[in-house]
Amino acid sequence: MLNIRLWVARLVMMGALLGASGLTIAAEAPCKSAVDRGNAASAGDCQAAKEKRFEGRGGKCVEDEHFMRRNHMNLILHQRDETMHKGIRTSKYSLKGCLECHTATRADGSYIPINDPGQFCESCHHFASVKIDCFECHATTPAVSPASKP
Amino acid sequence: MKNVRFTEMRETGQSYWLVQGLLAVVILLGLSSAYYMELNGHWVTGMNNQIVWGLPHVFAVFLIVTASGELNLASIASVFGKAPYKPLTRLAALVAIAHMAGGLMILVLDLGRPDRLIVALTHYNLKSIFTWNILLYNGFFVLATVYAWTMMERRLNGYAKVVGFGVFLWRVILTTCTGSIFGFLVARDAYNAAIMAPMFIILSFSYGTAIYLMTLETLSYWSGRRISDVLVTRLKNLLGIFIGAAFYFFLAYHLTGMYVAERQGVEYFLLASGNVYTWLFWVGQVLIGTIVPLALLYGSLGRSRVVVYLACLFVLIGGLSQMYVTIVGGQAYPLTIFPGYEVTSSFSDGQVGSYIPTIFEALLGISGFAVAAFLVILVSRVLPFVPATLVDSDVDECLATEATQSS
Amino acid sequence: MSNESTDQGRRGFLGTATATAVGLAAIPGLSLVALARSPDLAVDNRSRWGLLIDTSKCLTECTACTTACASENGLVSHGRPATDAQWLRKVQLKDKATGRTLSLPVGCQHCEKPPCVDVCPTGASFRRADGIVLVDKHICIGCRYCMMACPYKARSFVHEETHNQKANAPRGKGTVEACTLCVPRLDAGRLPACVEACQQEGHQAMIFGDLQDPNSAIAKRLAAVPTHQLREALNLNTGVRYQGV
Repeated sequence: MLNIRLWVARLVMMGALLGASGLTIAAEAPCKSAVDRGNAASAGDCQAAKEKRFEGRGGKCVEDEHFMRRNHMNLILHQRDETMHKGIRTSKYSLKGCLECHTATRADGSYIPINDPGQFCESCHHFASVKIDCFECHATTPAVSPASKP
Repeated sequence: MKNVRFTEMRETGQSYWLVQGLLAVVILLGLSSAYYMELNGHWVTGMNNQIVWGLPHVFAVFLIVTASGELNLASIASVFGKAPYKPLTRLAALVAIAHMAGGLMILVLDLGRPDRLIVALTHYNLKSIFTWNILLYNGFFVLATVYAWTMMERRLNGYAKVVGFGVFLWRVILTTCTGSIFGFLVARDAYNAAIMAPMFIILSFSYGTAIYLMTLETLSYWSGRRISDVLVTRLKNLLGIFIGAAFYFFLAYHLTGMYVAERQGVEYFLLASGNVYTWLFWVGQVLIGTIVPLALLYGSLGRSRVVVYLACLFVLIGGLSQMYVTIVGGQAYPLTIFPGYEVTSSFSDGQVGSYIPTIFEALLGISGFAVAAFLVILVSRVLPFVPATLVDSDVDECLATEATQSS
Repeated sequence: MSNESTDQGRRGFLGTATATAVGLAAIPGLSLVALARSPDLAVDNRSRWGLLIDTSKCLTECTACTTACASENGLVSHGRPATDAQWLRKVQLKDKATGRTLSLPVGCQHCEKPPCVDVCPTGASFRRADGIVLVDKHICIGCRYCMMACPYKARSFVHEETHNQKANAPRGKGTVEACTLCVPRLDAGRLPACVEACQQEGHQAMIFGDLQDPNSAIAKRLAAVPTHQLREALNLNTGVRYQGV
C-alpha cells in the first residue's frame, strides 16, 4: 500500500512540474518585455558571435553601435507604433531598414534569413536567450533583391 | 448554528492521493493538448474562419457562469439573511474560485497568442465588454477570497455581510457582462438580444446550484461527513425553481425570434432543421437539462439524495448542451449580408458553418473541470472549508429561530 | 502649414490619380508614386478612404481582385478552405424572387463605427485617422472576438505558422487579419492591389478615393448614382459602397 501512495505522490509531482513548465511556455512575455530582458546581457557579450557573423553593409549604423546594442528594441518599438497607428514610414528606425543593411547574402546572391542560426539578429539573441517575436510575422529578408542594390 | 464546526478534510486518507493523481493526469492531458494546438496553430482544431469559438469556449463559458452562480449561493446567507445556508457559504466561495480558475485557464490557453496574456492585462479598450470581463474576473478572485476570509477569521466575521453584499453585486455585474459578450453582437441573428444578460444570470443560478450541490454531496460522501437532509431538500427545491426560470427565459428568447421575420431563419435552423444543434436543444437542453431534472426533483423520488445528485448531473449535461447550441450553433448559422439572395462564395458565404470538435479541444475543456476539482479537493484538505457535520436539528433550530424573528 | 499643403496635394493627387487611372487603365504597370504623402507625416482625418464597387461591371468568372489581394499580401492557401485566410472574396448572388444574378467582391467594409474595434479587448483592432480599419498584430492576443462581431465575416484568423511573408504584409500564427486597403501602398501614393488589378483587366468595377473630397471620382459617383452599404440598417457608415445591389 505504501508503495502505491509513493507512486501516486510521484505522479502528482511530475504532473505539477510538467504543468508548471506548460504554463511557463504559455506565459512567455511578448515582444517588448522579452526584449527588455535582453538588457541583462551586458554589451560586449555578443563578441564571440560577432566575429563570425555578417555585420552589415553601408559602414555605419543609424546610431552608435553601443547605443544600438542596448536600445535597438526601443527604437523599433517606437517606430512600430508610429507606423502602425499613424502611417509614419520613415526608414531610419524601421525594421525594414535593419534588414536592408544587416541581411547577409549567399554565394549565389540570394538573402539568408536574418533569424537563421548565426545571422545578425539570431546570433546575439541566441546568446542572450531572448526570443525574437518580430519574425513570427515579419519577413526575414528584404523585399528588394540584393542584385538591384548598390 | 453555533455548534457547526469546520475542519480540514483529512478523512479521505489514501484515496486523496489517488483522486488527485488522476485529476493531475487529466490536467496534464489538457495542457498537452493546448500545447499541441498552440504549436501547430488552430488548423489542427475543429475551429475555422466560420466557427471561431468552439468546444473550449463552451466549457469555459459554462464554468465561468457556474462559478458566478455558486457565489450566489453564498449571498443567500449573507445578503438575504437565510441563516441555514450559512455553513455552506465558505465552500461556495472556494468552488466559485476554483471553477472560475478552470474556465479562465481554458479561455487563455485557447487564445491565438496565449504568450501575450500580459498584453491582455496591460492594454485595455474600455469600450470592449471583453475588457470589462477581464477586470471583473480578476476582481471576482479578490472579492471571493476576501469573502471566504471574513467568514473564516473570527475577528473579521462582522464584515462578512458587507463583503457578501459586494460579492453579490459584483457577480451580478459579471454575469451581465458574460451574457452581453453575446448580447452585444449585432452581426449574428442568434445574438444581438438584451435578454442574453438576464438569461445568463438565471442560467448561472441554475448551473451554479447544481454543480455546488454535486460538489457538496461528493465531498460529504467521500469524507463520510453528514450534511443535513433538510438543507439538501431546500437546495434542491431552489434548484428546481432556477431550472424552470431558465427555461422561461429561453421560451421568451425563442418565441421573440420566431415572431420576428428577421430571425425566423436562425430559429428554424436551431430548433427545427434536424441538425446537431436541434438535437442538442431538444434532447440535451430541454429533455435532459430541464424536464427530467424537474421530474426527478419534484417527483416522489426527489427525497433520495442519489436522485438529487442525478438531477444535478442532468442539469450539467443540459447546461453544456445549451452552451454548445448558443455558442457554436449561433455561429454556424450564416450571416445575413444579402437578404433575399442565394449566396455562394469561396469563403462559405451562405453556407452553414461546419464544426467537428477534435479530441484536443475536448481534453482542454475537460481539464478545466479537473483543475477546479483539483483545487477544491486540495484546499478543503488543508483549510477548514467543509462543515465537520451538519445535522438536521441544527438546521431546524435555525429555521425555528428565523421563524420567531420574522413573526 | 506645410502639413496642410502636403495634405491638399495628396488629396488632389488621389482624385486625379483615380481619374487618370480610369483613363490609363489599359497601360500595365502604371506607377502612381508621384505625389505620395511625406513618410514622416502622420495621417489625419481630413481624408477618408473609400471604395465603390460597380456590380454591373463585375464579372462572375473574374477573380482578378482577389488574386491580386492574395499575391500582394502573401496569402497562401494550404488546401484547407475552412481555415485559409481570405481578405477579399468573390460572392455570387442570385435573387430568390427574380433569379437575377450578380457577382461582387466582399472584404472589410472599413466602417466608421466598426463593431470589431468596439469589442477588441486590447485595442489591437483600431481605426486609423483616415478611416482604414486595421489590426495591430503586435498587441492582438488572438481571442477572435472581432470575428464574432464583424457583420461581414471580413476577418481571417491565421491558423498556422507563416513563412516567406511579404515585406509589406507581416502576418503570423495566432493573430487576426483583414483587408488593410493595402495601407503600405496607400501611404506610398499607390492604389490598393485589387483596384489596380481590376483596372488592368479593363473592368473598372472598383473606384477608390477620398470620400471627403467632393472632387474625387468616388465622391462624384456617389453623389450621382444610387449606391448602398451592405447591411445598411446597422448604421455603421461603411467605407466600401456598392452600386447595383
